[in-house]
Amino acid sequence: MTKERNLPGPSAGFPGTHRHGMFMGQGGKANNTKETLKRLWHYLGGQKRQLAVVFIMVLTGTGLSLAGPYLIGRAVDTMVGKGNVDFAKLAADVGVLMVVYAISALTVWIQTYMMIGISQNTVRNLRKDLFSKVQTLSLHFFDSRPHGELMSRLTNDVENINNVLTQSTTQLISSIISLIGSLGMMLWISPLLTLFILIFTLAGLFLSKRIARITKKYFSAQQKELGELNGYIEETISGQRVVKAYCREAEAISKFEIVNRRLNEAGIRAQILSGIIPPLMNCLGNISFVLGAAAGGLMAVKGTMTVGMIAGFLNYAKQFTRPINDIANQFNMVQSALAGAERVFEVMDQKPELDDVPDAAVMKNVSGEVVFKDVDFGYEKGVPVLKNVNLKAKPGQTIALVGPTGAGKTTIVNLLTRFYDIDRGAILVDGKDIRTVKKDSLRSSLGIVLQDCYLFSDTIRENIRYGRLDATDEEVVKAAQLANAHSFIQRLPDGYDTVLTENAGNLSQGQRQLLTIARAILSDPAILILDEATSNVDTRTEMHIQQAMQQLMKGRTSFVIAHRLSTIRNADQILVINGGKIIERGNHHELLNKRGFYHHLYNSQFRRQRAV
Amino acid sequence: MKRLALYLKPYWAAVLLAPLLMLVEVVCDLLQPTLMSRIVNIGVGSGDAGYIIKTGTLMLGIALLGMAGGIGCTIFAVIASQNFGTDLRADLFQKIQSFSFANLDKLKTESLITRLTNDVMQVQHVVLMMLRILVRAPLLFVGGIVMAVAINPVLACISLAVIPVMIGILAFVITKSFPLFAAVQEKLDRVNRVMRENLTGVRVVKAFVRSDYEISRFGKANDELMEITVKASRFVGMTMPIIMLLMNTGVVAVTWLGGYRVNSGNIQVGHVIALINYIMQILFALMMSTMMLMSATRAKASADRIIEVLDMELDIGNDSEACRNVVKAGRVEFKHVSFRYEGTSGADVLQDVSFTANPGETIAILGATGAGKSTLINLIPRFYDATEGRILIDGVDVRDMEPQYLRSIISVVLQESILFSGTIRDNIRWGRKDATEEEVVEAAKAAQAHDFIMGFPHGYDTVLGQRGVNLSGGQKQRLSIARALLKKPLILIMDDSTSAVDLETESRIQASLKELMKNTTCFIIAQRINSVVEADKIIVLENGRVADIGSHGDLMRSSRVYQEIYRSQTGEEAV
Repeated sequence: MTKERNLPGPSAGFPGTHRHGMFMGQGGKANNTKETLKRLWHYLGGQKRQLAVVFIMVLTGTGLSLAGPYLIGRAVDTMVGKGNVDFAKLAADVGVLMVVYAISALTVWIQTYMMIGISQNTVRNLRKDLFSKVQTLSLHFFDSRPHGELMSRLTNDVENINNVLTQSTTQLISSIISLIGSLGMMLWISPLLTLFILIFTLAGLFLSKRIARITKKYFSAQQKELGELNGYIEETISGQRVVKAYCREAEAISKFEIVNRRLNEAGIRAQILSGIIPPLMNCLGNISFVLGAAAGGLMAVKGTMTVGMIAGFLNYAKQFTRPINDIANQFNMVQSALAGAERVFEVMDQKPELDDVPDAAVMKNVSGEVVFKDVDFGYEKGVPVLKNVNLKAKPGQTIALVGPTGAGKTTIVNLLTRFYDIDRGAILVDGKDIRTVKKDSLRSSLGIVLQDCYLFSDTIRENIRYGRLDATDEEVVKAAQLANAHSFIQRLPDGYDTVLTENAGNLSQGQRQLLTIARAILSDPAILILDEATSNVDTRTEMHIQQAMQQLMKGRTSFVIAHRLSTIRNADQILVINGGKIIERGNHHELLNKRGFYHHLYNSQFRRQRAV
Repeated sequence: MKRLALYLKPYWAAVLLAPLLMLVEVVCDLLQPTLMSRIVNIGVGSGDAGYIIKTGTLMLGIALLGMAGGIGCTIFAVIASQNFGTDLRADLFQKIQSFSFANLDKLKTESLITRLTNDVMQVQHVVLMMLRILVRAPLLFVGGIVMAVAINPVLACISLAVIPVMIGILAFVITKSFPLFAAVQEKLDRVNRVMRENLTGVRVVKAFVRSDYEISRFGKANDELMEITVKASRFVGMTMPIIMLLMNTGVVAVTWLGGYRVNSGNIQVGHVIALINYIMQILFALMMSTMMLMSATRAKASADRIIEVLDMELDIGNDSEACRNVVKAGRVEFKHVSFRYEGTSGADVLQDVSFTANPGETIAILGATGAGKSTLINLIPRFYDATEGRILIDGVDVRDMEPQYLRSIISVVLQESILFSGTIRDNIRWGRKDATEEEVVEAAKAAQAHDFIMGFPHGYDTVLGQRGVNLSGGQKQRLSIARALLKKPLILIMDDSTSAVDLETESRIQASLKELMKNTTCFIIAQRINSVVEADKIIVLENGRVADIGSHGDLMRSSRVYQEIYRSQTGEEAV
C-alpha cells in the first residue's frame, strides 16, 4: 500500500518561472517593475540617511574622477617645450590632481563600505521576512509546489538581489554620471570633435544592438539544447543502475553524443556571434581615439586647440565609450534581480494560513473528546474528498482508520489538525468547534507521528526535545526510554549528542520512527494521530515500535491510520473509509460479522497473514 | 589541470591561433598611443596637416586590423572551448557508463549530475576566458611596459614603481579573502539548510507549533551570515580604492616628472601623453588579470571534481578471457560468500553465505533491513563482486563471465522503480528492444499493468514525464516488472518490487509469474511474509548470515527467527 496522497495535484505553480540551467544567468524580466521597485525601496527606506551619504559619495567621487583628465590636460599644456615649462602652474595642477585622486579614492572606499552594510542589512531583513512568512503559509501552499522551486526563490533570487544591491546600483549610478560628465567635458573642450565621436558611438551601439538581437535567438537555441542535455543527463544518471542492469550503456552513450553534439553546434553559433561585440566595441573606442587625435591634431595646427586639451579630450572619449557597455550589462543584471525580487514578493503576497477568529479561545487541559459532525471537504472547489463524515471519539479511545489508498484517511488527519478548514459541518474537540479556538493551542494538544519521520539536522537530544522545548535532559531520556529508543541511542558513539545528518540518513528507518515517537511522548498530547509505517522496518525494531506506540496511546484519544492487524483488532472503533465516506463502523468482530467491505478487505489483506 | 589540457590537443590549431590573433589586437591597441604621440610631436610640432591625416588614416587601419584580430580570436577561442567542453562531457559520460555499482555508491548521483553539467560548463567557460582575456591582459600588461620603457626608460621605471606594490596588495587581499569567503559559504549553507528543513519538515513544525522557535533559529543563522558577509565584503571592498589611488599616483608622477624632462629637453610633450596612456593601459590590464585569476581559481574546484571522476578506478572490468554463452539452465550456487562494501569498516555485510537455487525454483529472501538481502542479490549479476567465496551459475564462476553477457541472462527489478521519459511502450520495450507488440502486451498483462495502461486515454502510447512522475508508486513498480519479464531471463530477481502494489494484485502477479517463469530461477526479496509463503525455499537472513533455509512449513516448525517475524506481522501466536 502506498503512502496515502490524496492531496491536490501539482498545480501550475507560479507564473513565468521556467528556469533551465543557471549557466547563462538570465533570470527573465520583471512583469511589474514599478511595483517591485517600490517594495524594494521600502526595504531600503529604513536606511535613508546612509543611502543619502552613499549617493553623495558616488556623486563626488565620480565628479572628481571626471576632473582628472582635464587637470592632466592643463598640466600638459604647461609644458610648452624645452626650457619653457611653467613649473608654478605645473606644481599647482599636479598638486590639485593628487588631492582630487586621493579624495576620490576615499569616497569610493566610504561608499563601498556603507553600501555593503546597507545591502546586507536589507537582504537580511528580506530573508527574515520571507522566512517568517513561509512559517505562516498553509500546508496547501507547500503541497502544491515543488520544493526545489521554492528553495530557489528563497536562496538564488535573494542572492541575486544582494549582488545587485552591493555592486550594480552604485556602479550604475557612477557609470551614468561619468557618461554624462564625460560628454559634458568633451562638449566643453570641443563640440565639433564631440559630434564626430558621438556619431561613431551611436553607430556602434546601433550595430551591437542589431547583433544582440540576432544572438538572442541563438542563445535561446543554445539554452534549449542545454536544457535538453541536462535533462537527459539527470535522467540517465539517476537511472544508472537500471541502465547497467539492462546493459544499455552503449545506447545511452550514443544518444548522449547526439544531444551533446547539438549543444556544441548551437553553442558555437551563439558564442561566436556574441563574442563579436567586445572587439567591435574596442575598435569603436580606438576609432574615437584616432578621430580625436587626428582631428585634434589638425585643430592644434590651426591653433584652435592646445595639445593638453587633446590629451584631456582623448581621455574623456575613453571614459565615454567604456561605461556604455557597463551600463548595458548592469542594466541586464538589475533587470534579472528585479525579476527575482518579484518572485520573492510573490511568496510574501501569499495568503497566510487560516487565521484565528478574533476572540479565539485557548484550549487547556484537553480531555480528548473528538466529534466530526456532517463534515464535507474538498481540496479544490467542486472536487469533494470527504462527504458527510460523522464520528465520535470518547477520551482515551483508539480509532482505527482503514480503507484503500486515496480513500480520505489522511484528509481526516489534515482536518483535525486544522491544516485545512472544512467546507461544511463542524469538528469539535471537547465540545468546542476547532474554528473558534486558537490554532496553536489546538495543535499543542495534538501529537502527530507521521510515516515520513521527519527529523532535523541537530543532535538526537534536541530532536526529541522538539516535542517540548523546556524539557530537561532527564525528561528527554525518560521519553526515549518509554519509546524504546534509549538503548540504541546509547549504543551510538556520541549517544544523545549524535548529530543527525540531513534527513537523518545515519539512522535506520525504524530508529527514526522511534525518535519521532519519543518526541511525541515528550509533548504529552491529549489526542494522538498516528500514521503507521507500512514496511521497511525489521522485525525487532517493528516490535519495539509497536510497544512504543502502545505506550504512547495509553490514556490518550488516538487516531491511527492502521496498517497492522494487531492495531486494528485492538481498536475501540474501526472506521472503514472508502470514496470519502465512512461506509462501515464498529469493532473488529462486529465488522467481520457484517460480511461487508471490511470483511472483503480483511480477507484480501489480512486473511493470508492469518492463514500462513 | 594538465589532465584536462589534453582535451584541447585535437584543437591545437585553434588554441594557437586564438592567442596569436589576440596578439594582433593587443599590438594594434598598443600602437595607438605611440602613433598619437607622433601626431602631437611631429604633426602639431611642425604644423604638418598632411602628416596628421596620413597618420590618422594609418591609425584607423590599425584599429580595423585590431578588430579583425579580436573577432578572429573570439571565433577560434569559441571553437576550441566548445569542442573542449563537448569532448570532456562525452568522456565523462562514457566513464560513468562504465562505473560499477560500487563506483556509483562512492560518487553520489546528485554529485555526478552536477559534475557533468555545472562543473564542465565552469571549466569550459574558463578555457574560453583564458584564450581570450587571460591572454589579452598579460599581453597588454607586458606590451604596455615595453612600449613605455621604449619611449622613456627613466620616466617609465619611476612611474611603474607602483606595480610591485599593487601586486603585493592584490596577493595579500586574495590570500586573506579565501578563508573569509569560505566562512561566508559555510554560513550561507547553514541558512539554506534551515530553510530547506522548514520546507520539507513543514508538517512537523506546524504540528508541534514551533514557528517562533524556527524563526529565532533562522534569525540567528541569518544574522551570523550577515555579519561575516559584511566583514568579508568590506575587506575586499578596500582593494579597489587603494589600487585606483596607486594607479593614479603613477599618472601624477609621470605628469610631474614629465614636466621636468620636457623642460630639460629629454622628452617631447607628445611622449608624456603617450606614457600616461600606457600607464593606464598597464594598470587596467593588471586589474583585469587579477579578476580573471580569481575566477580561474574558482574553476579549479570544478576541474578537480571532474578529474576525480575520470580517474576513478573501475573495480569490475571486462576481462578479455571472459566467457559467454555458458549458461543454459540457470542453477545458482553461493559457496561461502562474504562481502563487505569497499572503504567501510566494521562487520561484513554478508558472512559465509551458501545455498543452491535450482532452475525453475523460487527462492525468497527474508530478513530485517540491513540484514544483507539486497546485497546478496546484487552479487549475482555482478553489480558488486564478492569479497570472499564464489558464486557459480551452471557451475561457472560469475567472475569468469563477461558482465554484459551475465546481465543479459538475468533480469533485475530494483527496489526503486526507475522509468524513463518516453511512452509506456518504450519503457516496457526497454527490456528487449526487438520485442513484438504482442510480447509487450503479454508482459504487461503478466505484471498486472495492462488494465491500468488501457485506462489511460492514450494507452501504451501514454507519454511519461521524467522518471515517470505521472504514475503512482504501484503503477511504476508494475511497469518495471513488465520490463523485466519482457527480457525472458533465465534468472529473475525481484528486490522488494511489489511493496507499493496491493496484496490482491500482488498475488495475481505471483500467479502469472509462476505460469510464465516455469523454467526461470526466481529470487524474491520481500518484507511481507505472505509474499514468500509459496516459495520453494525461503532464506532467512540475520545480520548477514543465513539463519535458516527451508520451505514455509519447515521454517514454521524449526526457525525461531521466522516465527518471530510471522508473529510480528500477523499479531498472532504461531501454531
